[in-house]
Amino acid sequence: MSVQLKINGKMYDLDVEPDAPLLWVIRDEVGLTGTKFGCGIAQCGACTVHVNGNAQRSCATPVSSVVGADITTIEAIGENGLSPVQQAWIDHQVPQCGYCQSGMIMAVSALLKTNPHPSEDDLAAAVTNICRCGTYPRIRNAVRALANEKV
Amino acid sequence: MASTRRIVVLGGLGTAGALVVGYALWPSHRLDGANALAAKPGERFINNWIKIASDDTVTVVVPHCDMGTGIYTALPQMAAEELDADWTKVKVEAAPPDSLFANGPLGEGFILLSQGMTRDSLPAFLRGTADNSFRTVAGFMNLQVTGGSSAVRATGIFGMRIAGASAREMLVKAAAARWHVDTESCTTKSNRVLHAPSGRSLGYGELVADAVSYTPSSNPTLKLRSQYTLVGKSIARVDIPKKVNGTTTYGVDVKLPGMAYAAIRIAPVFGSKLASVDSSTVASRRGVLKVVRLDDAVVVVADRFWRARDAVAALNPVFHAGADGTVNSSQLKARRVAALAGADLKKDKTIGNGADALTGARVIEATYTVPYLAHATMEPMNATAVFRDGRLEVWSGTQDGLGARAFIAKTAKLPIENVTFHLLPMGGGFGRRLPGFFNFLEHAVRTAMAMPGTPVKLIYTREQDMQHDYYRPNVMNRMRSALDAKGMPAVWISDYTTDSGANSEAHIAYGIANQSYRIAQVATHVPVGPWRSVEASWHGFFVESFVDELAHAAKLDPLAYRRALLANSPRHLATLNLAAEKAGWGSPVPTGKGRGIAVFESFGTVVAHVADVTVGTDGALKVDRIVSAVDAGMSVNPDGLKAQIEGAIIYGLAAALNGEITIEKGAVAQANFPDYEMIRLATCPQIEVYLHESDAPVGGAGEPGVPPTAPAVANAIFAATGVRVRDLPIKNHNLTVASR
Repeated sequence: MSVQLKINGKMYDLDVEPDAPLLWVIRDEVGLTGTKFGCGIAQCGACTVHVNGNAQRSCATPVSSVVGADITTIEAIGENGLSPVQQAWIDHQVPQCGYCQSGMIMAVSALLKTNPHPSEDDLAAAVTNICRCGTYPRIRNAVRALANEKV
Repeated sequence: MASTRRIVVLGGLGTAGALVVGYALWPSHRLDGANALAAKPGERFINNWIKIASDDTVTVVVPHCDMGTGIYTALPQMAAEELDADWTKVKVEAAPPDSLFANGPLGEGFILLSQGMTRDSLPAFLRGTADNSFRTVAGFMNLQVTGGSSAVRATGIFGMRIAGASAREMLVKAAAARWHVDTESCTTKSNRVLHAPSGRSLGYGELVADAVSYTPSSNPTLKLRSQYTLVGKSIARVDIPKKVNGTTTYGVDVKLPGMAYAAIRIAPVFGSKLASVDSSTVASRRGVLKVVRLDDAVVVVADRFWRARDAVAALNPVFHAGADGTVNSSQLKARRVAALAGADLKKDKTIGNGADALTGARVIEATYTVPYLAHATMEPMNATAVFRDGRLEVWSGTQDGLGARAFIAKTAKLPIENVTFHLLPMGGGFGRRLPGFFNFLEHAVRTAMAMPGTPVKLIYTREQDMQHDYYRPNVMNRMRSALDAKGMPAVWISDYTTDSGANSEAHIAYGIANQSYRIAQVATHVPVGPWRSVEASWHGFFVESFVDELAHAAKLDPLAYRRALLANSPRHLATLNLAAEKAGWGSPVPTGKGRGIAVFESFGTVVAHVADVTVGTDGALKVDRIVSAVDAGMSVNPDGLKAQIEGAIIYGLAAALNGEITIEKGAVAQANFPDYEMIRLATCPQIEVYLHESDAPVGGAGEPGVPPTAPAVANAIFAATGVRVRDLPIKNHNLTVASR
């Protein structure tokens, strides 16, 4: 069985089952480990990647459903160094343990593409990822700064 | 910094202090071992935790692991401060899990010193490491624990400062000898020793080879707080850049050539065993390499994790549940109720006339309960191991690298020299990964030993992680008091259940003349362990809820009531006042909203929270805002301390609102986040944190924000609705108008 996936602009010819979860294919077949396993049932968002620019939870995404799509992971979100979201994460000292932050950054980046000036409610509705260290106040601050920057 | 402007290390350290300082710095011959183990070309150790390179770069070797609390910044800040190092020329590394780099002596000395404890009365976070069988392998002195909010308080204060100051003294001696001048005429700045009278200077890198020949002082002069230029600054955390681009390698990210993946199903009932499993049903599945039968679990090893996970789910293992297989939460509750009602309560502490003072017309009684809680770190438990030629090599994130290594040696019955342990950053710790709670290491090691030569990465699924934790205990507390004519408590009686002896956190800061504390030991088969703030996580709720009840019974303002009882506790008072002021305590609160306050000291830090909540007529609860005031003595990195308090509030709030692990048929009923809901952006209140700097000894940062959270919210709910929450979580209470 062969599945072709386009990840971070590169084509991969992968010998995996069609129902193999995208998360584990990205991590264990392709070898990109920035995308994290948190719950396995699309609840926590640690595994969030972009599929054609939209945030999607890769742990519950069978690879067969994303054939032909543009898949982007945290490793490629900053095309030239750091993306504005990543820089804001540093400026606002967001991460603690950092484990959920790849997913957070991917979810926020996708939101800002369609809604560059999200309200706090917009942010809360779009980004439902879990952080156990409790970095939400700083995520809000970082997103607020990003939203204001672009006005 | 001229040495004349320095002070001598605290004179009052006494015997325990000498023990601490004595262990803090190596005799010079041990530098060779450290250099062989952890110095790169051009670098040399000058003492336990500081390397200096030929280009003057200072590397601080941190004997703790990173679980997200920022100690890889705060601890080097403390060393660099005393060393007069330029922060841009400071690097940070993790200490190898070798006994040379143990932090246990610091922790032990710190505990003995600050608590007046003996080794047998250790706090829970160290208890798992201090049992006799463990000590024979690792020895208590071989800890590398990160827990108990101790990194800055113990390693920082007793280790890093001394290491920095001592290294500085040795470098100054080396320079003075080179120049044939007095050490007194030398100063240090930005990784150089300066001699102002002659205008000469030498970089630390040029001096280190000479400096190591001097005996390190265990009693170097330390800077005054007023002289600090790095400590007390919100320096950006060194670990964050790698956490925004996915390049931090956590335990779960380890990659090894030829690595296989393992998924596990652990016997659901704690303590039960695997009876049988028919592995033939999955043997022909793609990628399956082996079905491994462990004592308490079945493991499938496959070429990819999802294949192992799906295969292990397809098995039909039979487990011997035993007598515990019928236990459920209501029976466990009945045991606690019976224990508190029984005659076997054991005295912990009595002040004044104790319970005899429970007289008069205004006796108040309330029984509180907190449930079992899982840690639910974002990174599920995992470890990677390879057993080859009689040696084990293991990779994992734990809160004690050295303890992990010793545990692995004991598990595998190997000499510790045959075990290599690689300590990796943790996707959350919160107490879950402390020594004594290493089931994931045991499972990974036993699986790897069943497949010699193959590196195996074993990952708990979220379900296995949630159902095979070491839980925050389920605790019940019967509180009683009697109010005097002015409405103030004449007595405080706290009788509580315990899984592990008396809790020092039960003892209140309030000035009440008569106090009585008794414990009722309750045995269950549910494994318990330290959970962020440990005993304070339950006593904070009990104490701060009950004192609120007393204030309301006396028809007095809950803030004024606490103030009156804290007249002799200036830190509590100042912290409480700061929180109240910042939150606008006393300003009008509209109908449907409520404001609650709580103050609690733990790990040497006093934290007061004011919570504002809204409760709809339909009972829907929204926590709008939590304003927090914190006295951690001095804050080493103020922004880092604030981040820890913010995180602790959210951790405590998730538990207060929704956190509950229940037992059905001997096993945990919850399996994943839908059953164990977390705080998310939509439910996270506005949080404001204010620091109150004081002269108190430096307190902990990671845990003390948790304990006042649940009671502040519960007290706010009472203010809004008149419903008193005495059992957590809050989700189980009916807050509708009809119920009020």
